[in-house]
Amino acid sequence: MKLVFTAEGESLEAKLDPRFGRCSTFLVVETEDRSFVAETNPAVGASGGAGPQAAQFLGDLGAEAVVSGGFGPNAFRALSAAGVRMYKADAAPIQALLDAFAAGELAEVTQATGPSHRGMR
Amino acid sequence: MIVTVASGKGGTGKTTVATSLARTLHLEHPFYVDCDVEAANAHLYLNPEMEDSFEFGLPIPEVDPERCTVCGRCAEVCEFHAIVVVGSEVMVFPQLCHGCGSCTLQCPEKAIREIPHPQGILSYGTTREGIRFSNGSLYIGEPMAVPLIRALKDWHVRADETWVIRDSPPGTSCPVVETMAGSDVILLVTEPTPFGLHDLRLAVELARKLSMPVGVVINRDGIGDDGVERFCQREGIPILMRIPLSRRFGEALARGIPLVEADESYHDRFLQLADDLRRLAAEGVRS
Repeated sequence: MKLVFTAEGESLEAKLDPRFGRCSTFLVVETEDRSFVAETNPAVGASGGAGPQAAQFLGDLGAEAVVSGGFGPNAFRALSAAGVRMYKADAAPIQALLDAFAAGELAEVTQATGPSHRGMR
Repeated sequence: MIVTVASGKGGTGKTTVATSLARTLHLEHPFYVDCDVEAANAHLYLNPEMEDSFEFGLPIPEVDPERCTVCGRCAEVCEFHAIVVVGSEVMVFPQLCHGCGSCTLQCPEKAIREIPHPQGILSYGTTREGIRFSNGSLYIGEPMAVPLIRALKDWHVRADETWVIRDSPPGTSCPVVETMAGSDVILLVTEPTPFGLHDLRLAVELARKLSMPVGVVINRDGIGDDGVERFCQREGIPILMRIPLSRRFGEALARGIPLVEADESYHDRFLQLADDLRRLAAEGVRS
């Protein structure tokens, strides 16, 4: 499946960026063979609405699930509509999180994890 | 003639200065606009009798799913990502929408109509002395003050007003920019402290970006240091008034008594301030 991580860098060694809408990079990983593509987040410098914009971007990429530190209410609403499942994780190298995801250890998010604009702080 | 009383730092005395200026000029029937829609308080000093009110709504897009072809043009033109296309659905985020109307205008299928989303209440009235007065009150939970301020600024205001006194919110962000826009002169109220100076600098920078002449009032004169004084000298900004820190003034203001009423000697000083503001506005910005 196509699994996306909010990342601080462009490799599997990079750490998870805890922000969804304002992360610098989306690491798009094919879970079957761990091949990946690094995509720049188009919403990183948005004047507003980073969450919905990033969600639209992931939806267009055909992402099936995304792992981040949390999801605000706007991002949550848009990702849900796009059919992208959300998982929450603490900051760790993406590689380790891939293992955790495969082992079913990451918690699925079923409601917004915090208020809007957390990623701007 | 439109003067905006602003400050940068909050609590420096914008409303103290603006209300006394209005009271001093009452024979000219000034129009006082309290643009601090998140914490309006000038009415406490001017006591207007309210005679009109208006609920302002921001036009928020609503998409007709029958006509929408999910082409994504609306999402493309939205600067604030308040409307996005996810999968085969167009979603609207009202709290992000600035009500600019771009999506409605650009929709090739004419599938979008605009529904007013209530943002706050505007009120208008007149004081005993003949000061015309308006203010706004942003509803709790509404994150954007700018559209409400934009609506308030011109409401009931005639094109040929002798004096419009706009009482600005603090800071130098969008609500302040919106309040300043269209003014002839900016009066910045500050206090002579490093804190006051820091924010005064930002406010001066903003006024200059908007190409507006600036004058300064130093409130609580006598405290702090001479940083503000030196800054104004260096930048060629006239200090138009100094109001000393006074327990008597503080007590009067706390009871809703304007400065000019607490100390009548300020009447002439505010007349002089009005003259200085007229002169600054006429001179414009020297380059």
